[in-house]
Amino acid sequence: MLSNQEVAEELVKKFGDDVYDFEEPYGLLTLTTTREQIIPILEYLFHHDRFKINFLTDITGIHYPDSPGQEFAVVYHIHSLTQNFRVRIKVFLAEADIHIPTATPLYASANWMERETYDFFGIIFDGHPDLRRILNIEEMDYFPMRKQYPMEDATRQDKTDALFGR
Amino acid sequence: MADIELVPNKNFPARKDHPELVGELTTLNLGPTHPATHGIFQNILQMDGEKIVSGEQTIGYIHRAFEKIAERRPFYQITTLTDRMNYCSSPINNFGWHMTVEKLLGIEVPKRAQYIRVILMELARISDHLICNGILGVDSGAYSGFLYLMEKREEIYEIYEEICGARLTTNMGRIGGMERDFSNEALRKIREMLKTLPPVLKEFENLFNRNRIFMDRTINVGPISAERALSYGFTGPNLRAAGVDYDVRVMNPYSSYEDFDFIIPVGQSGDTYDRFMVRNEEMWQSMRIIEQAMNNLPEGPFFADAPEYYLPPKQEVYRSMEALIYHFKIVMGEIDAPVGEVYHSVEGGNGELGFYLISDGGRTPYRLHFRRPSFIYYQAFPEMCKGTTLSDAILIMSSLNVIAGELDA
Repeated sequence: MLSNQEVAEELVKKFGDDVYDFEEPYGLLTLTTTREQIIPILEYLFHHDRFKINFLTDITGIHYPDSPGQEFAVVYHIHSLTQNFRVRIKVFLAEADIHIPTATPLYASANWMERETYDFFGIIFDGHPDLRRILNIEEMDYFPMRKQYPMEDATRQDKTDALFGR
Repeated sequence: MADIELVPNKNFPARKDHPELVGELTTLNLGPTHPATHGIFQNILQMDGEKIVSGEQTIGYIHRAFEKIAERRPFYQITTLTDRMNYCSSPINNFGWHMTVEKLLGIEVPKRAQYIRVILMELARISDHLICNGILGVDSGAYSGFLYLMEKREEIYEIYEEICGARLTTNMGRIGGMERDFSNEALRKIREMLKTLPPVLKEFENLFNRNRIFMDRTINVGPISAERALSYGFTGPNLRAAGVDYDVRVMNPYSSYEDFDFIIPVGQSGDTYDRFMVRNEEMWQSMRIIEQAMNNLPEGPFFADAPEYYLPPKQEVYRSMEALIYHFKIVMGEIDAPVGEVYHSVEGGNGELGFYLISDGGRTPYRLHFRRPSFIYYQAFPEMCKGTTLSDAILIMSSLNVIAGELDA
């Protein structure tokens, strides 16, 4: 069994200051890195002799409109099926420069996950073979999961939050 | 495309007489509303005669923006969204979501509720696999097996009905446990199910497992190696058919799965026949689990002590102040969840169904992402059906068990 400590130390030894903000919410090793280092880290963990973290569980995005310079996060969940060990890696991006390299050469499954993230948040995965919208229509001119698009019709007066004590 | 030989074929007289047509490709739309897609999604196939040269999928026809809607809803109202993902096995989605919230809140669910959940989740798995394998038979031209199985699925839905009142989109259970205990009628129906399902399944297997025509249609159709399957993010029966014994129930047990004795069936070649056989065997294993859970069903409460999330009994609401307040606060969704970030996964009908929940301390999730197994493994479909015929592609799609609701969320 791998421990979070062990993997974290190994990553710090290899990548130094490029990996930071280590956390363990509910026991899952979570760390943050830069977009220059994300693919090297994924590759390193993929080919590591002992860790063999070579299964991509999920890629998704998060929008934090209130943190300037770090408006978007791309979150990778990876899993080692032999060691039963999961890692969550986050990369924060600025809205002005919303690019991140693609993980498709490493994982075939990253293709649609990245397309979905692009579709929802407009995060551009450089080098992706076919970066188009996947769930929404192609003519859509905004990215619906961003926080500035509220769910309900803004003109409605009968559903204000104040009426519900929110 | 280069690895597929394009030669004049004597089986296509038109092309024999017109050699200039050789190598000319036909575009074929399989879907969006083709009966064999069992849902709304489109495959645009490039065909050379009857051979598939390449394919491309268009999905999103029933995209309902669940992740966006979830950002406006209190936790208990999100259960109804999860129903509508894999609607062939909605209880698994419901309980998966409840367990995610319980993990966030740190609620310990009593043993009895966990066992009840296991029974229902395994029933859901059986009904999911019944449909998949039955339909696989229909798509290969054998209708009768499907009719035997549908009757049993109907009985499973009657059990759901007895437990929660709904059949397809069940909205079963609550955060913290079950909304009510098993009634005697429900227990009777489950016991009867355990008695009547094996003969039907046995007969179904007699019809298919060693059937020459079925074997010829499915063996070596759409094989995928374990390596490619892992790269494509396969999970569940489709991955196990390729020979990887990854099952969330065993690797990261939840809801007391560690108490039960069952085996994970694995295939070898990852072809359509193996996927069929793995699903069949999983139904037998699910029945074993249900039997063990029924025999060892613990006594005790069926819900946790979580007054802020679990609705108080109605009589209490009329009598006591606290119950009335909690009832009101829960229904209006005025309870703030703790700040946290949690990923929880369960073994759904099609594989690892994950919930990535970020709570910023508000009444709704800040962000909720569903890891939907169908969405992730369906991208392998063009690779799997490349070089096969159209009739084989139908079987491959059917054996992958792509559920449109889960595909599009």
